[in-house]
Amino acid sequence: MSRIMTGARMVIEALRDQGVDTVFGYPGGAVLPIYDELFQQNDITHVLVRHEQGAVHMAEGYARSTGKPGVVLVTSGPGATNAVTGLTDALMDSIPLVVLSGQVPTFLIGTDGFQEADTVGITRPCTKHNWLVKDTAKLSETIHKAFHVATSGRPGPVLIDIPKDVQFAEDAYQGPKQIDPPRYQPVRKGDVTAITRLVELIEQAERPILYTGGGVINSGPGASQLLRELADATGIPVTSTLMGLGAYPASGRNWIGMLGMHGLYEANLAMHGCDLMVNIGARFDDRITGRIAEFSPGSVKAHIDIDPSSINKVIHVDIPIIGDVGHVLEDLLKIWKSRGRKVNTAALGKWWEQIEGWKSKNCLFYRGSDTIIKPQFALERLEALTKGRDRYVTTEVGQHQMWAAQFLHFDEPNRWMTSGGLGTMGYGLPASIGVQMAHPESLVINVAGDASWLMNMQEMGTAVQFRLPVKQFILNNERLGMVRQWQQLLHGERYSQSWSDSLPDFIKLAEAFGCKGAQVQDPKDLDDAIQQMIDYDGPFILDVLVEKHENCFPMIPSGKPHNEMLLGDAETQGAIQGAGAALV
Amino acid sequence: MNALNIQKGASSHSAYDLRDPNAQVEESHTLAVLVENEPGVLARVIGLFSGRGYNIDSLTVAEVDHTGHQSRITMVTSGTPAVIEQIKAQLGRIVPVHDVHDLTVEGPSVERELGLFKVRGQGDKRVEALRIAEIFRANVVDSTLESFVFELVGTPSKLDAFAELMRPLGLADLARTGVAALARGA
Ligand SMILES: Cc1ncc(C[n+]2csc(CCOP(=O)(O)OP(=O)(O)O)c2C)c(N)n1
Ligand SMILES: [Mg+2]
Repeated sequence: MSRIMTGARMVIEALRDQGVDTVFGYPGGAVLPIYDELFQQNDITHVLVRHEQGAVHMAEGYARSTGKPGVVLVTSGPGATNAVTGLTDALMDSIPLVVLSGQVPTFLIGTDGFQEADTVGITRPCTKHNWLVKDTAKLSETIHKAFHVATSGRPGPVLIDIPKDVQFAEDAYQGPKQIDPPRYQPVRKGDVTAITRLVELIEQAERPILYTGGGVINSGPGASQLLRELADATGIPVTSTLMGLGAYPASGRNWIGMLGMHGLYEANLAMHGCDLMVNIGARFDDRITGRIAEFSPGSVKAHIDIDPSSINKVIHVDIPIIGDVGHVLEDLLKIWKSRGRKVNTAALGKWWEQIEGWKSKNCLFYRGSDTIIKPQFALERLEALTKGRDRYVTTEVGQHQMWAAQFLHFDEPNRWMTSGGLGTMGYGLPASIGVQMAHPESLVINVAGDASWLMNMQEMGTAVQFRLPVKQFILNNERLGMVRQWQQLLHGERYSQSWSDSLPDFIKLAEAFGCKGAQVQDPKDLDDAIQQMIDYDGPFILDVLVEKHENCFPMIPSGKPHNEMLLGDAETQGAIQGAGAALV
Repeated sequence: MNALNIQKGASSHSAYDLRDPNAQVEESHTLAVLVENEPGVLARVIGLFSGRGYNIDSLTVAEVDHTGHQSRITMVTSGTPAVIEQIKAQLGRIVPVHDVHDLTVEGPSVERELGLFKVRGQGDKRVEALRIAEIFRANVVDSTLESFVFELVGTPSKLDAFAELMRPLGLADLARTGVAALARGA
């Protein structure tokens, strides 16, 4: 029995059939028929954003915290072009999104019509796939296919461009089960021979390491569970990229911290010195590898990835395993157990000793202060006061992001959302709103920098309108801190344009938006301020005035190998303590 | 990891090192890319090459299966072995790409290209042009008192050689189709 309806109605039907409960969007001429249909139903909540970039980041926050695809609805022309940054962000970080854009009617396409843009052309390189639907008969099928493409294989954003006349025209609706199975079916099971070879290496390795990434989280909670089982059963140390934090718990026995440009000393040295590197759902990003030619020179490398193009793209690997992390880990554990659960216990003991030695460097050491809030201290207090709570954290981009990754600890996947691959300032506030929409009862905190936060601050209006009690924790150094740090270290201290001049009064700004704000400057008042932020029943902006010239360490300068790390305060710590002891 | 008998440093080279033209020689590969015949699919393939900095030396495309909506893109590309592998993987990742074949490594294949050559000239040069065309088994598809248009089918290098010989004899214009290629055998 076919059901005839308008294209606009089909959009709603299809979203409902795909289990969508929330759409982030902004109306305009080319999507009015869809907005008309939204108005006449109650199953799908529409979150009216203040800028389409915000909508896409919200959908990203929603997707990353739930594992479900995020859905966005924008109008043609400027609506679609405003979505481009978010699409690129989602593509880089493999976040499943379905973006629906309106388009001028088919008979106007190509005439430079009002608010016409070549949306599929513009978004082709920043989506996993996109479609221009010119016929209402194909619309419902295309939407179902879009959800399939966005969520299968390596996830990513997709876009469907829908001309206005296609929204008005009528045709038969097809449900998800009525369409032919899509041709796009990436492999999920890894090659058993390669997995067995990897098991053999794990059994003998003297200095193995698990280098995990966002792919573990994308593969679903089961994959994180299997990773834990593997690490705990074998005793192999685990490090993770920025994107993978939480897949293995920070409180876990084998956790040695994040790796990479601002990763921990012990994690980077372990990567450098290992003899077996097992990359699980990471992609050898340049923030991870440093200088390629000197990256982990003595190791045998295995790489588990669902995307064949990730294999040997940057680093040549010895054992490529193409498949879904969850499936591969399941097989790997099965094979390892069936062969007698062997590891090289003696060598592993020595390896851990070496790692403990590196840990004693205490690489996150910073000089405390009674008079000024150190950004690291602010995060330590935030961690202490929110630990154990049902907590989600988003971030903006800059020093505060790296400190958050170093000082906040995640014991579960899907709790940490940050813009990794693209490094998009302005991501965190809208992302926090998307997370809060999905988890209304949870504590959602955006760790922000003053400069990044301003980039999408208009979304505070969205938070207030939808009564989303997101906490904006701004580490205000009145600087484009990360830029300033690079200028200090690499550009002769010439601080070109890295001030945040004429910052708004964040308390007044909060009030202007109809929420609450506070400022804290004295380390003694910090705990109370954080507590006030947490307890407040509504969106809150906490303006934390922090040390302006703090640098984020450890740091591997671009193009340097892992063992040439800058350590900052941790380097001089011993000397100072020694001298101090001698004096008194 | 001596116990495993894998050479230390065996895997330290990366795609970046391999991209160094001095470190490894560039190879030319002919790829057959079978795609869903949908709007924008060629733009996706070309965008991939320009976006990631790969070379396209030749490209042809046409629908080969009307009912199955399949088109075949034949492309000649060059790069170090690692880059060629990456190109194939990246092509395979495009959603409407069904299959990628590297004809250069998958066994013997035939490659053909068609060229049209307009040669202007009179007297000896005109006679010489016609004589060479006969040797190459080119057809005359248009003729005036001062010009010929030759049609030549062959490998790209045969067309190159023909063009070189025609240049001093008055080669005025030239159109080439790009390479079409198929694996040999059943
Ligand atoms: C949209 C965008 N523009 C520029 C940059 C480059 N950038 C990276 S960090 C940074 C400074 C961020 O300043 P702030 O948000 O105050 O964070 P801080 O580093 O001070 O903690 C800039 C400009 C970027 N990542 N994103
Ligand atoms: Mg700042």
